Amino acid sequence: MNSHTGHVIQAEPSVPKLRTRPVAASIVLLGGFIAVVLGLATSISVGAADISLLTVWQALFHFNPDLTQHQIIQELRLPRALAAAMVGACFAVAGAIMQGMTRNPLADSGLLGLNAGARCMLALCFAFFPGLPYLYLILYSFLGAALGAALVYGIGSLSQNGLTPVRLTLAGAAVSALLVALSEGIAIYFQVGQDLAFWVAGGVAGTKWFQLNAMFPWVAGALIGALLLSRSITMLSLGDEVATGLGQRTRWVKLAAAIVVLVLAGAAVSAVGSIGFVGLLIPHVARFLVGVDYRWIIPCSAVLGSLLMILADIGARMINPPFETPIGALIALIGVPFFLYLVRKERREL
Amino acid sequence: MEVIRSTQVERRRAARAAIVMSALGILILVMLVISLNTGYIRLAPFDVWKTLIGAGTDKQELILFDFRLPRIVISVLVGAGLAVSGCILQGLARNALAEPGILGINSGAGLMVILFVSFYPTNAAAPVFLLPLLALVGAGLTAALIYGLAFKKHEGLSPTRLVLTGIAVAAGINAAMIVLTIRLDPNRFQFVATWLAGNIWGTDWDFVLALLPWLVVLLPFVFRKANVLNVLNLGELTAAGLGVLMEKERRYLLAAAVGLVASCIAVSGGITFVGLIAPHLARQLVGPKHQFLLPASALTGGLLLITADTLGRWILQPSEIPTGIVVAVVGAPYFLYLLAKSKA
Repeated sequence: MNSHTGHVIQAEPSVPKLRTRPVAASIVLLGGFIAVVLGLATSISVGAADISLLTVWQALFHFNPDLTQHQIIQELRLPRALAAAMVGACFAVAGAIMQGMTRNPLADSGLLGLNAGARCMLALCFAFFPGLPYLYLILYSFLGAALGAALVYGIGSLSQNGLTPVRLTLAGAAVSALLVALSEGIAIYFQVGQDLAFWVAGGVAGTKWFQLNAMFPWVAGALIGALLLSRSITMLSLGDEVATGLGQRTRWVKLAAAIVVLVLAGAAVSAVGSIGFVGLLIPHVARFLVGVDYRWIIPCSAVLGSLLMILADIGARMINPPFETPIGALIALIGVPFFLYLVRKERREL
Repeated sequence: MEVIRSTQVERRRAARAAIVMSALGILILVMLVISLNTGYIRLAPFDVWKTLIGAGTDKQELILFDFRLPRIVISVLVGAGLAVSGCILQGLARNALAEPGILGINSGAGLMVILFVSFYPTNAAAPVFLLPLLALVGAGLTAALIYGLAFKKHEGLSPTRLVLTGIAVAAGINAAMIVLTIRLDPNRFQFVATWLAGNIWGTDWDFVLALLPWLVVLLPFVFRKANVLNVLNLGELTAAGLGVLMEKERRYLLAAAVGLVASCIAVSGGITFVGLIAPHLARQLVGPKHQFLLPASALTGGLLLITADTLGRWILQPSEIPTGIVVAVVGAPYFLYLLAKSKA
């Protein structure tokens, strides 16, 4: 336990001697990118109506509006696949930033109340402003995520020993329980329960182009912001003192990073519902592959997160056709054991 | 001199505990009358009284004896069961934030109930007496799973690892539940959704009869083990030194806690936080000695749930808010307050 900072996890020695693997990272990025493209193609071609890859190619580049298959691809499959890719990147990068910034290996937007906050706000929107334009839903969703995060961090840091991972996780669990209870109360009272239930289960099935268009500027901006911040986040991940010692104005960096995280998580939740554990899982995988430099971790997380979501979405359709298995549940199936592994692995008390 | 003073302190504490518990009992009775009086059809206090002594109209009798009273009795029983279970878990984990809901034991029981509802052939109400048993199996398996996952060979059971493992297991089970609920037909979906939100749905005397035996057996058993919990509170080393067969006693108590949660959850659905709040409030009232703490928790839990249930029926009339939601809205902030205050 490091009593100066109140952080329990001393991720790396205080001397900034970084373990980075640029070559490995480049391979991961390139390979990941190719895999994402292949995944997208597969995602577009499989489903209730199987469509050959050739047709996919034609539909994308020689679109013929008279063909039903081309219509299916353009109107249903393509936005769905792109949404999966985008959302996966959002959750993963948000998780990576949170883990780096707080040096908390258990940080994830689902565990720390962001998803529940966005969900609660959306329940309010469904109840009080039915038919609110999607653009506004996104904004409220950011607001909700911010509310959840503020509650969790505020309460977690009120105590004497500061923000230990355990305290943060507990605060996250309690705040989530509260916000979920509130959204359920609202849903039951205003009878928007089924809407909310399907949406909460998490899925990219119903994503439309207008949602993607509304999301895209925010997500693109936030991802670029994340890349710009990546160097500072590496320094923060070495500890506040080190970062300050290296001449960083930690307060501004933290504020900027927090905004990026809120936008990413909020946008993702507004599109597909609360999907936990992507943000927990992917950054660990990325760190394992490319070392501890966030200039590599963040882009790799984005690519790997996309890949995970695309694969999970394909799985969701394939497991029990014609029913869709909720994608959030599928990811939890991988995420929960991984979380347990992290908890067990940590030799010191978390 | 020291000894005399400590016995005096003991006696004063016992007297205080007696007063507190009687006060809680009286409050429960008061809430009972208010609760009988609350609902879609309002009955004047005098009418309630008349009906209770057998001079009411048929309609009044029906409302009171067949609808409201069983529900109220169940909410008190469930509150007591969950609170005692939370009290045991807090003692066992030596973690003030342990709670069956947070630890995922609720979810395990819930999963079993949902599985049953999904695969039960008809839409008719399920056999009442089967549900607690199934819930027990689910809760037991979950508790065993969490225990096994959190246990490390040379380090034993660390409270933090227990809590984190519980949170993760709960997340996993919740995911499985979502998969199941989405496939249900609308009728069953409605049932499951309100059940998950923690509604007291067992609203007739059959459910009281299904729940009562569990509490009648388990509560006295736990009260008799109060001293074990006191010793456990002193810490592992002291406890081992005092010759308590730690692991064995721990397992008995854990089994009792699981039994209590499971039987309560089967009729009440996903109510969390009672097991957290009630023991804390009770501790502030009667101190840390489990001989007083356990019964005081039971009474506090009963009072809490009957109040939440009444509020849920009253706030947004004519629609009802599930009790579990009321409890969570009150309980979560209290939990967070405790978290902010605690040093762990």
